[in-house]
Amino acid sequence: MSSDQDHLQETDTEARFEFKKEENSAFETEKGLTEETVRVISEDKDEPEWMLQRRLRALEQFQEMPMPTGWPAAPDLSEVDIADIVPYIRPDIETRGGAENWEDLPDEIQDTFDKLGIPEAEKNALSGVGAQYESEIVYQNMQEQWEEKGVIFCDMDKAVQEHEELVKEHFMTKCVPPSDNKFAALHGAVWSGGSFVYIPEDTTVNMPVQAYFRMNSEGMGQFEHTLIIAEDNSEVHYIEGCSAPKYSAFNLHSGGVEVFVGENAHVQYSTVQNWSKNTYNLNTKRAICEAEGTMEWVSGSMGSKATMLYPSTVLKGPGATDNHITIAMAGEGQDIDTGAKVYHNAPDTKSTIESKSISKDGGRTNYRGLVHIADGAEDSSTAVECDALMFDNESTSDTMPYMEIQESKVDVAHEATVGKIGDEDVFYLQSRGLDDDDAKQMIVAGFIEPITEELPIEYAVELNRLIELEMEGSLG
Amino acid sequence: MAVLEINNLQAEVAEEGGETILRGVDLEVESGEIHALMGPNGSGKSTTAKVIAGHPAYEVTGGEVLIHLEDDEFGEDFEIPEDLRTWNLLDLEPNERAALGVFLGFQYPAEIEGVTMVNFLRTALNAKLEEREELFEDDEEEEAESEDTNEDAAGYDTSPMEGDVEEGEVGVAEFQEILQEKMEQLDMDEKFASRYLNAGFSGGEKKQNEVLQAAILEPSIAVLDEIDSGLDIDRLQDVSEGINALRDEQGAGILQITHYQRILDYVEPDHVHVMLDGQIAQSGGPELAEKLEDEGYDWVREEAYEAA
Repeated sequence: MSSDQDHLQETDTEARFEFKKEENSAFETEKGLTEETVRVISEDKDEPEWMLQRRLRALEQFQEMPMPTGWPAAPDLSEVDIADIVPYIRPDIETRGGAENWEDLPDEIQDTFDKLGIPEAEKNALSGVGAQYESEIVYQNMQEQWEEKGVIFCDMDKAVQEHEELVKEHFMTKCVPPSDNKFAALHGAVWSGGSFVYIPEDTTVNMPVQAYFRMNSEGMGQFEHTLIIAEDNSEVHYIEGCSAPKYSAFNLHSGGVEVFVGENAHVQYSTVQNWSKNTYNLNTKRAICEAEGTMEWVSGSMGSKATMLYPSTVLKGPGATDNHITIAMAGEGQDIDTGAKVYHNAPDTKSTIESKSISKDGGRTNYRGLVHIADGAEDSSTAVECDALMFDNESTSDTMPYMEIQESKVDVAHEATVGKIGDEDVFYLQSRGLDDDDAKQMIVAGFIEPITEELPIEYAVELNRLIELEMEGSLG
Repeated sequence: MAVLEINNLQAEVAEEGGETILRGVDLEVESGEIHALMGPNGSGKSTTAKVIAGHPAYEVTGGEVLIHLEDDEFGEDFEIPEDLRTWNLLDLEPNERAALGVFLGFQYPAEIEGVTMVNFLRTALNAKLEEREELFEDDEEEEAESEDTNEDAAGYDTSPMEGDVEEGEVGVAEFQEILQEKMEQLDMDEKFASRYLNAGFSGGEKKQNEVLQAAILEPSIAVLDEIDSGLDIDRLQDVSEGINALRDEQGAGILQITHYQRILDYVEPDHVHVMLDGQIAQSGGPELAEKLEDEGYDWVREEAYEAA
């Protein structure tokens, strides 16, 4: 199907939806999340019955579960009003996750794009304004290359239609079931858009599979779902989103990511996300890793009012490996609560967690981690390292590592450092000619270097620029 | 030629009720000269160095630190207007002092993870050159400059891999050559270029690195704070050669702070000063250092108190 046809179909869908809206006044006025809303979403997407049933089951679970409470020092979610969520879904579907016009975006977002030096066309795509024909053509070419190898990369809604059996087997069944937590249940009920990646056995996709344009121009919603299936002996690097800000008029983002790492397969999932400052960012991301498989999470969390995000890996087969590299940055009024979870459920499994956080202007970062080593997971090892960098005395940073070790023949290491950005370090760089701001930026750039070196150059450059922008005006 | 002139410099630790450390330091260092500043621990040598460079831990309570520049101090293409040839460093930020040609070699240099030597040194060199332009240009030019900067900020039109190269900046390839040449002179392994700034460096490597930075940033006046401490004899010779080259090839003035005669065997001072209790108590030629080596500081103290 050509991109033109894609576009036509999309317009058509929107038209149908408009029509539906007129017909269904109940939906117009309904407050809160109801069965009818879920049915409308599913019908609009022309989904098979089983998906509708899954959505409805998730909705039930969502309604049964209380808001999460009881975690020490968890971000305050009292402002997250479930009753207000649903009316927000519709504009999401209508505009495919963005504003209709560039001018409708908040000044702050426009300004950031300008300062990042992103060309107009790209800005439009990234902010969800309009379709990005040129990049779609590029994408089309890459897709053909992959298709020859049996690789599938498409948006999640399309995957439900065209790769039904794969999706039916894997979608929120064994990796992230809706029963996992209240927001996973919410996600299961109202999910929309996202990416589907399938890598057949013995296949290596050398090039990072980027959702750079697609996520934003087509499927990028507040409840997007990413499903990655890497069969045995395959390898893929998937990059989601981009370091450009994700604008949203909504106050809640609740995405879901599921990754299946086959035997001896290797998946790297990288994401750098910068949410608008009014967003509650509550996601569930998990990978299941078979024997000798490797899962790598590389994530940068910026923006948002509050983030709760703990990518997790289940090391299911012997010899499986998990590596986490995360970075979080919190400024004024922000509470970024991120970390990692690893379940060592088999012998000879290894995990490393490297968590870095930066807080400034009274922002709070927290590392919240869980490493579970099951009885019988002998000769497993884990190493956790948390480094926090604070700019001032108003900012805070906490570390809450949690270790459940049920097997004695294991190797466990945890190390945490918390430091204020050092006056001596800044002075040293200043004495060499860098001004105060540049000196601090250089120190921060060095601090996050372990993550930037894992990213393709354009992401690394943009991540650095974003952090520079975040720091601008708050220094000196 | 540049002259660093310190008059009656007084400073205390920058906190409430902070201890007074410098009690009226007078010193003059010209480019092309090597001065040794000696004295017992706690006499104020390192503080003098840090105050010259603008360390925030100290508050200056009196005196001045002037730098006098000649019109061609920064090369023939860079003419310094007559009214901008003398600056009081105490009015300037540390990076502005660096731009005027003042370099501080640290006794304990900071370790900065994640920042490669090559990236750091090129950034520092370009920052210095840019700051220098800003200090010396008149207001009209300044306005024009700031407009340019705004345009640049609108986006990168080169590959992000290369980054911006603005006019007058030293580019990556050009800098690699400069760095390689300087490292060879100092007998440093080329692997240093890709290592993180001072991170995991041995004591000797750090000192060598300080001299390397001076060689690249080409200061008019280099204040080297106990650059000889913790060096084995081979490394001491390398570092000393580097210091001599700063003076002989670049014409820098050196203020060499040291405890020991040892380095002065390799870096022969023109002048030697002894610091006691926050003041220069005694000045002389190279023979003064030898006398101190033989007889210690007690006689200086006695003479100083007799004079008082």
